Amino acid sequence: MIKIENLSKIYNSKGNSVLALSEVSLSIEKGEFVSIVGPSGSGKTTLLLCMGGLIHPSRGKVTIEGTSIYDLDVKNRAIFRLRNLGFVFQTFNLIPYLTASENVQIPLALAGIFDGGQAERATELLEKLRLADRLDHKPRELSIGQQQRVAIARALANNPKIILADEPTGNLDPDMTRETVSYLKLLNQTGITVVMVTHNPGAAEYSQRTLRLVEGRLRG
Amino acid sequence: MNLRKIILKELLERKKQFLTSFIAILLGIIVIVAVKSVSSSSEKAVAIQLDNLGANILVLPQTTTIDNYYAADINAPEMPEDYVERIAGSTIQGVDNMSPKLSARIKVEDYPFVLTGILPKNELASKPIWQTAGFTDPGLQVACNPNPIINRSRGYKDPKLQRMAIDSLGAYDCLAGSDVASKLSLKEGSGIKIKGTELKVARLLPQTGTVDDGRIFVHLHTAQKILGKGKVINAIEIMGCCSAISEGLLGNLRNILPDTKITTINHIVQTQVRTNKTMEKFSLIFLIIIILVGGISIGNYMWSNVEERKREIGSLLAIGASPGDIYYIFIGKALILGLTGGIAGYLLGSLAGMILGPQIAGVKVLPIPLLFIWAVVIAVGVSVAASYFPARKAAKLDPALILQEI
Repeated sequence: MIKIENLSKIYNSKGNSVLALSEVSLSIEKGEFVSIVGPSGSGKTTLLLCMGGLIHPSRGKVTIEGTSIYDLDVKNRAIFRLRNLGFVFQTFNLIPYLTASENVQIPLALAGIFDGGQAERATELLEKLRLADRLDHKPRELSIGQQQRVAIARALANNPKIILADEPTGNLDPDMTRETVSYLKLLNQTGITVVMVTHNPGAAEYSQRTLRLVEGRLRG
Repeated sequence: MNLRKIILKELLERKKQFLTSFIAILLGIIVIVAVKSVSSSSEKAVAIQLDNLGANILVLPQTTTIDNYYAADINAPEMPEDYVERIAGSTIQGVDNMSPKLSARIKVEDYPFVLTGILPKNELASKPIWQTAGFTDPGLQVACNPNPIINRSRGYKDPKLQRMAIDSLGAYDCLAGSDVASKLSLKEGSGIKIKGTELKVARLLPQTGTVDDGRIFVHLHTAQKILGKGKVINAIEIMGCCSAISEGLLGNLRNILPDTKITTINHIVQTQVRTNKTMEKFSLIFLIIIILVGGISIGNYMWSNVEERKREIGSLLAIGASPGDIYYIFIGKALILGLTGGIAGYLLGSLAGMILGPQIAGVKVLPIPLLFIWAVVIAVGVSVAASYFPARKAAKLDPALILQEI
């Protein structure tokens, strides 16, 4: 499903080169729930963003469902993301001036699904995440946990095959952490592949496999 | 939900920032439209004034003064009649009508009058007051088009220059000015003897309040015979387009007839044209100001907007938006800014012109529909051009750098 071969990423900044990933190779099967753990600055997010087609690696190849995503041009990579991937971020990254429902509708609009199907789909997803009474609330009117659930609903809008979650519990209290990871587990049980970057060992326990990244290299 | 809705929602969310740029472009457009409306109406007013005055350029022999001309001094210098042909045969634009004249003081029954030889239809065409008195030939045409409204109202069909003289006044017919008619008790059909030549009064001219009231008009060639002159004239009155005069018609005429004195009959042209030119310059200055100030203001606003929305842009790109979508969001916003600024600027600028026009230029100002297109094109052009680089920067943002939360 996801195949990473000899992936390296070097950041060049102000004359300095920083090796974020070094010769990382791994394979994630369809329907797996994989956690990537490691200390801060170990390259976890870089690896996740490389998987999501958001960072062009310095070397190596990322293949998802048989498609080498960095062989696609920018536009087609965006379309690929839209159809196959769902992102969940630590800080949720909801659009502040749109309501919960509208935030969930954005991926649908980008996919060309317009009025009619959009609102129903958003409502359906938000209801499943127990946000039926928050459809018309803006992010600032929602609790942290509610915002994260809206972000998960947005990631699910286009029925992605893979969810890429970057520290999804980083800003949550223990109860909400449990709830969020449980929900990701639930999604995984429906057949969605979940790759989660976390520094929370408790959250990582929900996954089937844990990859440890240290200084840009996979360990153990 | 669609990209347009995202643009509108964001505008409403940050309306204060939007308002600053909106006001910058709005003020610029208001001033441009107001100045342009007033100057345009002023030009029309001048055109109407000139049209009512008749001829506005005089071509006189080099040594003649304006006083000689109006006094019809018998010893006034003369010039060849073929000067008319010289102008007619040239490519000069803006000569609406030419009336060559030969004038001389005469006495009829001891009354002093002025005998003036004219080429009749040209003369009539240059004198609207005569036309309104029933002398109009429906076939009359004018050369240039200083004011299409005037020409339409007169029924002029063809704006092409009618340069050739048309002779339809009988060789022994005359037109008598109102003073002449009253002093000599003339009626249409009366006879009048001038220097041994019997003439028939074809028409009595209405009172004009000008020197024309004391003139007896005959065909130019008849006047030349009565006065014992050859093919000479002592003036060519020209009706020139107001705009052509300001664009150098006098200079062009001087090039063709270097041994003549060419002057405008009235000062209104120069004064008003100067005022109009000043307004034109103001329009240009404001256009530059709007491009600079409006452009910088919008550019600044867009740059800070892109900075402020980096995370949002990164999220949209991660979700699946293409750089083209991001570009659309920012250029779409610039379009809204330009369109609203242009439309509101046109409406308020036209209103300002209507209010200020009578006070500043003493003219009635009406909205000019063509300015609507210009206002929108300028406002949208400035707005989109100023937003181009910020939009490009937004579209090229690296989502990874924005979203990395290490």
